[in-house]
Amino acid sequence: MRLDPATVWIVIAALAAGSYLIRFSFLGLIGNQPLPPWVLRHLRYTPVAVIPALVTPLVLFPAATGGEPDPARLFAAGVAILAGLATRNVLAAILAGGAALYLGLWLT
Amino acid sequence: MPSPPSTGAFRRGVHAGLPFVIVVGPFGLLFGVVATEAGLDLAATLGMSLLVVAGAAQFTALQLMIDQAPTLIVILTALAVNLRMAMYSAALTPHLGAAPLKVRAFAAYVLTDQTFAAALAAYERRESTLSEKLSFFFGSAAPVVPVWFGATLAGALLGQSIPPDYALDFAVPITFLAIVAPMVRTLAHLVAATVSVVGALAFGWVPYSGGLLIAAALAMLAGAEVERRREAAR
Repeated sequence: MRLDPATVWIVIAALAAGSYLIRFSFLGLIGNQPLPPWVLRHLRYTPVAVIPALVTPLVLFPAATGGEPDPARLFAAGVAILAGLATRNVLAAILAGGAALYLGLWLT
Repeated sequence: MPSPPSTGAFRRGVHAGLPFVIVVGPFGLLFGVVATEAGLDLAATLGMSLLVVAGAAQFTALQLMIDQAPTLIVILTALAVNLRMAMYSAALTPHLGAAPLKVRAFAAYVLTDQTFAAALAAYERRESTLSEKLSFFFGSAAPVVPVWFGATLAGALLGQSIPPDYALDFAVPITFLAIVAPMVRTLAHLVAATVSVVGALAFGWVPYSGGLLIAAALAMLAGAEVERRREAAR
């Protein structure tokens, strides 16, 4: 599969500018005015709000199996979640999930 | 010979940043491999890490491009993942806001989950001057950010030699779950994550991956509302 290079660079440029502006926002432009608490309260939940929605279809209907739920991949996802909750360590969760995936693929 | 205070602060920053290398290194490596497998060339893969400097957002954009989502959706969703950095920026402003504009502009470039976590913890632990705080901040970035670039490059080179049938399609979902699971620390986080999953399934029919943004917005509102109620009840 080849992604269109022009599209890729448009995405990179927009993300670079957007991400930089987000980081620079208060530090650079807005200065020392504290954010209203309700704004902070919403910003706090952006990663846990976006990432599960992104990952759910990838876990349940993986493209590699033609969109059919796959026991090995479901098992790997479960192990990665549990390892992440238990260890609070991203790397440990990646390794546990990866090991579970290959174990699952080998068993099925 | 005693070193000047800012040198000491820089060294303390480096020490605080070093443990993150264990996470950022393999994570960058994985990004390089997966991006290369997805068909990004070396320049685009490395360019993304150099210019965007945000792992979760980079993986998000990559996955959505693989899914052939419209470019605008790719950009909006990946930026939504990065919105949390506005919170970091706001939280650092009382500490670094008095620095010259050029210094703040560079600080914004190396502002990541890792440098933010290290710096804010240190600022809350001990009183320091502006120059010490800046030295600490750049010290914490010194091991983290170059490793992110180097690991991406290594991953991109490695990815060119890995055959495509190693179930690497699932590296991205596993990485996302590994990023997000440790973030679920409170009931509000759990509610937000659950609404996010249910929303993704309920709005999966919306064209152009639009359901993702709907689910994310609802989940954010749900998390914030649970936090507000729990605070009000206290």
